[in-house]
Amino acid sequence: MSGDIGLPISHRQRLWLYALGGLVLLFLIAPSVIIVIMSFSDSTLLQFPPQQWSLRWYETYFGSLEWRDATIVSVKVAVMTVLVATPLGTTAAYAINRGTLRFNGSINALLTASLIIPVILIGIGTFFLYARIGLNNTLTGLVIAHTVQALPLVVLTVLSGLRSYDMNQERVARSLGAGRVAAFWQVTMPQIRFSIVSGGLFAFITSFDEVVVSLFISGGETTTLTRRMFNALRDQIDPTIAAISTCLIVLSVLLLSVAQVFGRRH
Amino acid sequence: MSAPSTLLNETAGGAGRDLNAQALRADARRESLRLLALLAPSLFLVFAIIIVPIGWLFWLSLYDENGALSASNYGRFFEQASYIKTFITTFKVAFIVTGACVLLGYPLAYMLSQLPRRAASICLIFVILPFWTSVLVRTYAWLVILQRKGLINSWLIDLGVISQPLSLANNLSGVVIGMTHILLPFLVLPLYASMKTIDTDCLRAGMNLGAGPVATFRQIFFPLSLPGLASGVVIVFVLCLGFFVTPALMGGGKVIMWAMRMEQTTSLYSNWGAGAALGVVLLVVTLALLGLFQWLLGARATGVWSSR
Repeated sequence: MSGDIGLPISHRQRLWLYALGGLVLLFLIAPSVIIVIMSFSDSTLLQFPPQQWSLRWYETYFGSLEWRDATIVSVKVAVMTVLVATPLGTTAAYAINRGTLRFNGSINALLTASLIIPVILIGIGTFFLYARIGLNNTLTGLVIAHTVQALPLVVLTVLSGLRSYDMNQERVARSLGAGRVAAFWQVTMPQIRFSIVSGGLFAFITSFDEVVVSLFISGGETTTLTRRMFNALRDQIDPTIAAISTCLIVLSVLLLSVAQVFGRRH
Repeated sequence: MSAPSTLLNETAGGAGRDLNAQALRADARRESLRLLALLAPSLFLVFAIIIVPIGWLFWLSLYDENGALSASNYGRFFEQASYIKTFITTFKVAFIVTGACVLLGYPLAYMLSQLPRRAASICLIFVILPFWTSVLVRTYAWLVILQRKGLINSWLIDLGVISQPLSLANNLSGVVIGMTHILLPFLVLPLYASMKTIDTDCLRAGMNLGAGPVATFRQIFFPLSLPGLASGVVIVFVLCLGFFVTPALMGGGKVIMWAMRMEQTTSLYSNWGAGAALGVVLLVVTLALLGLFQWLLGARATGVWSSR
């Protein structure tokens, strides 16, 4: 009997399914694992498993001014994107959650539009617009563009938090004399803060991993890490990128774990 | 808020009621304005960064090189063989990748939905982690694995299976493998979410009435999972059409897809009219597919992002 499902099908009869599912899971995770292992190789050749171990690719990464500058740009942009997108997305989700506005559905669709509009179109369009207003190759331009791409994730995450929250609690606070801001800050916010934090983390990953739009609107002093990686990959396969990729994977794992821990406490 | 005012409304009569209704309307208006003020910054940003540039590109696409109003930017899609080839390649890749995602993703989602909660959530990590890993990192990984002197080729040669390296990267197969890997979670997550909502009582009832495991799956579970499968298929297909990074890095310059064509036309040849027209058609096709899906099933395919 298969435990909590309670159907009269034994695990043994399901073996083929588990085998197939396991293979697909392997397909999903193997590339990341291989890259992490290869980043510690001592060889410029792509051997797996590596014959000799070393940290030389990490040394190249951290020692190179170009890579370091690009990393700093990406971190700066991601942090600023979080600081802009999280409050904007949270207030927007709060307003949408009320559901009293006439065009609520359309507003929701508009704010989440960047999830379905082909990102290449956003990239070319933003480049075209920025060329007119002088925002290409600037941190401000990158932060604005990344904020627009991160907004939907913040809105959706905070909305899901608000949906499981009883807005009457805020009404009670208001009827007891709290102002709007105080009622939100002291009653609602503490109960949805885990969703807000998760939304902020998603905004960080979205910005930090963003490639296509950054390819168009970043350059020179403000070349992002992903843009530099993209250009490096176009030329040749440099093992330094394995070290950088490992750092990116570790970052994703860390941020997702934090989001997961927060989610559970919520 | 409104509750005390309604009480007042019932006790007061005639003129008082009108006054009250007016006050309530004014209050509702003020409330709407406040909510709009909360939305305003986000709406402004989306409007400025997405709507305005796309509208501008649409405008550009209506003019030819000499600045005259014409449909020539669109006409060339039907005339020039290179554009037709791009479209064929794009749809070919989209169909193959979507098919591969269904073949790999359906069994996985089905297994996840049948596993006990704990085991399922552990397995889900393996789906969600790649979902949140940079597309560049994953494309790089496949380049390393598939290229001429890559892992697969060196293993196969060492094992004596082949003597000449297979060309797996820098062609269509590389693009398909890389894109399937990147888009698979977009199919699995909504499919899994919808499979979890299938009432197991239906399955039990079927088995009670004498259906074997295969018949129960085929006649009850599979039809009930179709809406979830459809939303996964639509989202994967639509994302395929506009995919840029993987074909640009793994296509070896031979597999030119829609988004790459847009990039080349605008960046390399600075032909903004033609590039813009490509973008407009891509957007229309994307929205049409999503709209068709929504109309057929009454659900939004974009749910994948909230089903994480």
